Amino acid sequence: MNIVVCVSQVPDTTTKIAIGADGKTIEKSGVKFILNPYDEYAIEEGLQLKEKFGGTVTALTVGNDSSKDILRTALAMGADKAVLISDSVNSDTFAIASSIADYAKTVAPDIIILGRQSIDYDSFAMASMVGELMNLPSISMVSSWTINGTSITAERDIEGGKEVIETSLPCVISAQKGLNNPRYPKLPDIMKAKSKPIDAVAGASVPARVMTVSMELPQTQRRGIILNDSEHDITELVRLLHEDAKVI
Amino acid sequence: MAIHGCDYMGIYDLLSPEEKMVQESVSDFVDNEVLPIIEKHYQAGTFPMHLAEKMAELGVFGITLPQEYGCAGANNVCYGLAMQELERGDSAVRSFASVQSSLVMYPIYTYGSEEIRRKWLPKLASVQAIGCFGLTEPDFGSNPSGMITNAVKIDGGYLLNGAKMWITNGTLADVAVVWAKFEGKVRGFLVEKGMKGFTAPEMKGKHSLRASVTSELVFQDVEIPEENVLNVEGLRGPLSCLTQARYGISWGAIGAALACYESSLNYAKSRIQFDKPIASFQLVQEKLVYMLNEITKAQLLCYHLGRLKDAGTMRPQQVSMAKRNNVDIAIQIARIARDLHGANGILDEYPIMRHANNLESVRTYEGTHDIHTLILGADITGIQAFS
Ligand SMILES: Cc1cc2nc3c(=O)[nH]c(=O)nc-3n(C[C@H](O)[C@H](O)[C@H](O)COP(=O)(O)OP(=O)(O)OC[C@H]3O[C@@H](n4cnc5c(N)ncnc54)[C@H](O)[C@@H]3O)c2cc1C
Repeated sequence: MNIVVCVSQVPDTTTKIAIGADGKTIEKSGVKFILNPYDEYAIEEGLQLKEKFGGTVTALTVGNDSSKDILRTALAMGADKAVLISDSVNSDTFAIASSIADYAKTVAPDIIILGRQSIDYDSFAMASMVGELMNLPSISMVSSWTINGTSITAERDIEGGKEVIETSLPCVISAQKGLNNPRYPKLPDIMKAKSKPIDAVAGASVPARVMTVSMELPQTQRRGIILNDSEHDITELVRLLHEDAKVI
Repeated sequence: MAIHGCDYMGIYDLLSPEEKMVQESVSDFVDNEVLPIIEKHYQAGTFPMHLAEKMAELGVFGITLPQEYGCAGANNVCYGLAMQELERGDSAVRSFASVQSSLVMYPIYTYGSEEIRRKWLPKLASVQAIGCFGLTEPDFGSNPSGMITNAVKIDGGYLLNGAKMWITNGTLADVAVVWAKFEGKVRGFLVEKGMKGFTAPEMKGKHSLRASVTSELVFQDVEIPEENVLNVEGLRGPLSCLTQARYGISWGAIGAALACYESSLNYAKSRIQFDKPIASFQLVQEKLVYMLNEITKAQLLCYHLGRLKDAGTMRPQQVSMAKRNNVDIAIQIARIARDLHGANGILDEYPIMRHANNLESVRTYEGTHDIHTLILGADITGIQAFS
């Protein structure tokens, strides 16, 4: 089975994010980047498929030189090879999806697996876009699934319940948290990953279709206030709701 | 991230991708597997045996030894980072790894015949076999050269008599690397579980390193076959192993200090007294800054030591400096953290008292604090002050 797993690099969840001077991007200096946590499920799923059906797992990312670290993590977890597709400067989800699709068409994967979202920009759109651009069926946020020959039955989480979907290979799926238990890279495998190849591929030169206008941080330091039931407190409550919270 | 949320001087950026991954992998392992269960084992005074298997699967045993023996073949900075993370969990977990890797697999690899290597290393790496290291005796701790345990030649091998004390993993061990005198010279013997005349009763009643098994080793006319003798003579043998383990302990101590510092920083920011987080008080800030400062110095010391070790230029005295300094500051930090947490500092909900107690053992074993002072003193003055 020819398995492609798409991974992305995101700021470490413990990083304090600051907005860049242009007001549209995050300040990258001093930020530690990690493998997007949802992509760990995607890689694990790819590795389990390989263990069951044989084949190869290719980890792919659209990024720059600094994205090599997450590819090495994927290789250390057990991916056979990695592909680094160069990213253009102002790319949006569509531009990145185009790069992935262009590359994927050349290797004709049986399945493309992604994380359900990148925890940086949270567009949730990548799996559907890649599927569409490749003219393949896609199922997003898969929480469990089975493969029988070339047919797939997948369960996905929907608001307040579950949905069961059938389709067939080749297809694109995105992994929901809990799909599996991602393995830790084992120390000997980390060392072996050094000699696995990372291929460099030029990205699609597709212009971005959406533009970020501005970005701001959520208000921090919201503190709860406890009032009692005296007359004074009630007056204070009304004042707070009116003047501070501006809800009445 | 790398230096687990506390990397004031940006050491993470100096690490290779492999080093970063090793640290992250072991760090995740500690968060997910060690921290949730370790307090229970500490209280019960039991070693979490299932963790040994998981550590083996992760590949932490004999981490620097070649892959052909089932090991990771990583460098010494990777080894150090792994030890740091394990001890952020608990000194007992790190001790298990230190003994298995530096005190058992290292001498077997360095001084064992190819046959002995093939027999033991893959089993020790996968923890199908557990090892221990017997140097200390009831009457000879800091002065191992006075050891009484001895061997005499018999047909086809040696006859071993004597006793060792304070031996980590002794009761669990399938193979003991035992140092004994033969014709006045210290030699290393592999004593296997089940050999006639060999017993290893557990020592009870520890207030420190409670999640680690500590034992006596008793030898009564134990017959050791010729092939189980290591190819090294004199105290140089055991001391070379101790250099490996002390190197790992220097990193490990940072892990224990980090656990105390991180808990202190969080606690200071959230504990309100006099209507303010206690982190608002100058005295509390001074404590936190002291911790950060000492941890940062210890990190730089270890990072550099690791690079020296990988370059093959590290001297044992430099390891003494790191072990002495880092364990000392880790204990200071644990004590200050205990104070800063108030009453909560004695509770098992926080890792503080466990680390503080554990570090008392770490200060003593592998050369006491003062013995390392004397090693450094002798090195710079040229005058030996041991006796
Ligand atoms: C939990 C634990 C696990 C251990 N695991 C192992 C193990 O796996 N294998 C093993 O072989 N050993 C092990 N040890 C033993 C450890 O290495 C010894 O305890 C250590 O070497 C010190 O020896 P001692 O306890 O006999 O102290 P002593 O040597 O009696 O020292 C007592 C005090 O005197 C001081 N002192 C001694 N000589 C001098 C001097 N010349 N000048 C100034 N001060 C001096 C020391 O610094 C110390 O403060 C372990 C110990 C502990 C606590």
